[in-house]
Amino acid sequence: MFLKRLLSNDMPRSRLLALLLVVLFIALAFAPFIFPGVKALSVAAKVLVFVVLVASFDLLLGYTGIVSFAHTMFFGIGAYGIAISASRLGPNWGAVLLGLVASLAISLVLSFAIGLFSLRVRAIFFAMITLAVASAFQTLASQLSDFTGGEDGLTFKLPELISPSFEFSEEPFLGVSLDGRLLCYYLLFVAAVVLVLALLRIVNSPFGRVLQAIRENEFRAEAIGYRVVVYRTTAAVLSALFATLAGAMLAIWLRYNGPDTSLSFEIMIDVLLIVVIGGMGTIYGAAVGAVLFVVAQSYLQDLLRVGSEAASGLPWLAALLSPDRWLLWLGVLFVLSVYYFPTGIVGKLRARAAR
Amino acid sequence: MKFDFDWKPLLLAPILALVALPLTGSFSTWLTLTVAGLAMGMIIFIIASGLTLVFGLMDVLNFGHGVFIALGAFVASSVLGLMGDWTGSGELWRNLVAVFPAMLVAMAVAGAVGLAFERFIVRPVYGQHLKQILITMGGMIIGEELIKVIWGPAQIPLPLPEALRGSLFVADAAISKYRLLAVAVGVVVFGLLAWTLGRTKIGLLIRAGVQDREMVESLGYRIGRLFVGVFVVGSALAGLGGVMWGLFQQNLVPQMGAQVNVLIFIVIIIGGLGSTGGALIGALLVGLMTNYIGFLLPTLTQFASIFLMVAVLLWRPQGVYPVANR
Repeated sequence: MFLKRLLSNDMPRSRLLALLLVVLFIALAFAPFIFPGVKALSVAAKVLVFVVLVASFDLLLGYTGIVSFAHTMFFGIGAYGIAISASRLGPNWGAVLLGLVASLAISLVLSFAIGLFSLRVRAIFFAMITLAVASAFQTLASQLSDFTGGEDGLTFKLPELISPSFEFSEEPFLGVSLDGRLLCYYLLFVAAVVLVLALLRIVNSPFGRVLQAIRENEFRAEAIGYRVVVYRTTAAVLSALFATLAGAMLAIWLRYNGPDTSLSFEIMIDVLLIVVIGGMGTIYGAAVGAVLFVVAQSYLQDLLRVGSEAASGLPWLAALLSPDRWLLWLGVLFVLSVYYFPTGIVGKLRARAAR
Repeated sequence: MKFDFDWKPLLLAPILALVALPLTGSFSTWLTLTVAGLAMGMIIFIIASGLTLVFGLMDVLNFGHGVFIALGAFVASSVLGLMGDWTGSGELWRNLVAVFPAMLVAMAVAGAVGLAFERFIVRPVYGQHLKQILITMGGMIIGEELIKVIWGPAQIPLPLPEALRGSLFVADAAISKYRLLAVAVGVVVFGLLAWTLGRTKIGLLIRAGVQDREMVESLGYRIGRLFVGVFVVGSALAGLGGVMWGLFQQNLVPQMGAQVNVLIFIVIIIGGLGSTGGALIGALLVGLMTNYIGFLLPTLTQFASIFLMVAVLLWRPQGVYPVANR
């Protein structure tokens, strides 16, 4: 019963999916102990950030049916909020909090303005307008170099408690040194769990149902008496706020931020790929997709390197399999998944369970 | 439609130019900027024209259009690279003899790839806008990566042929020679498109097919095949636009398609998604605006066209020439 309330009555509805989610949860919860090494922990932290980012995008794309390309803009605002305030005000919690609040406020105003202005126009316009706004914002961030560090970005310090140099126990526990880095990971983990549960709550509330109604048939939703513009704008604002929080998580983990880290269009494409592969309109899909994608992104290149070396006799095949071309294979996977798995992994698993 | 022609949008570009006149200070600077802006607008129109066809007539949201632009530019760089003797010579006619085959080959390759793109990427998702956006984005990723496989991931220089470099001086205004060529090509493209769509039987069938597809099919015409043709022509025009844009920038990167996408989206939104005339007006406005702002407030250049788009949409939320029945 408790679990049901925690998940807002949105159970996985597929035994395989439930198993998958439990395995992912346990793997992430004990990642520092199960997967030793610096790279593995970084991958796990990136997974946490992306789970939140992608789930927040799914609120917009999957539940409301709005295609936005400005999502990384809010991600970047969150990351820059922490970066700028921590590098100006020094490593203390007040600065982190101030940066977080300020970036949330900026995201709120900006997403509200974009929403009000452009959600009145047609869906196609919204997609293109957000694309233009996001690219302008990226240029702005790299041009205001006094403020944002320009292309080089900002490296900054955070409070002692979550920095790697802080050790709260001499003795390692289960072979893992108990330091600030570990604490930082668990900070992200708790944040990610809370945020994903909050998103589940939102999409399963009456408000979330209205969003889905709008996605299915805007005209009818309006005819029943829901003010579509209000709901759409609210969804856009909420989704922007969650993306901002994900950006803050990224900055806290990396202690660095620059335009390529949080604002680049590649991240936007990654997010789109993850949502579609995982399954649109399911927060679980966002989580499963994010894990698969980030792990693939981090380790597929190694795999391709092996393939490329094996194919070195055939130059063109080797070029196709070169580790730098991993995005090509993801693109192929993406097109195939829109073709054959339009509902993504989660949709497929649920359909199988329902049979 | 001919009887109540909407002339107001035609005034936009002259108004913009007049507003800029007192701001730029001297008349010769203004003339230089205006001519450069109009010429740049023509180049932007060439790269955007293909997308207006695909968008407006076929109702396909092709976010992968940029790939054909990049493809055209890269093919042209290879073709021009093979004809070093011709591009290096100082005689205008020899340069043009080199540039035109490059354009034709680029258009042919982009059109052929467009045919495959339509078959494998777009065809399963006709009528589903969300999936069109997603799957054509996927197509763009694949295309961009394949360009990196063939031409390498680095930048490639695409120098202008000898005789097209430099500027002419008319009434104290510097006009670069290449921009004159661009204007000529743009006028030809616009004229051909307007003539084909408005005056020929094929154009009539296409417009009728957009209005009422089943009716035209029941008269015995194969609208499906005709629309594939529209897609191929749209891709070929993107290839041509890529050649023009590549020569304008003189530098090619595989991501250039995605970079140009933003610009051409702005243009066709201003134009009203699907109107050739609207796209021309949008492109000229963007060209002028970019040049004026680039001179007056260089840091705001990137935002100039977005301001313009917002202003136009506040005036006409559907763009200057909305395509009916959509």
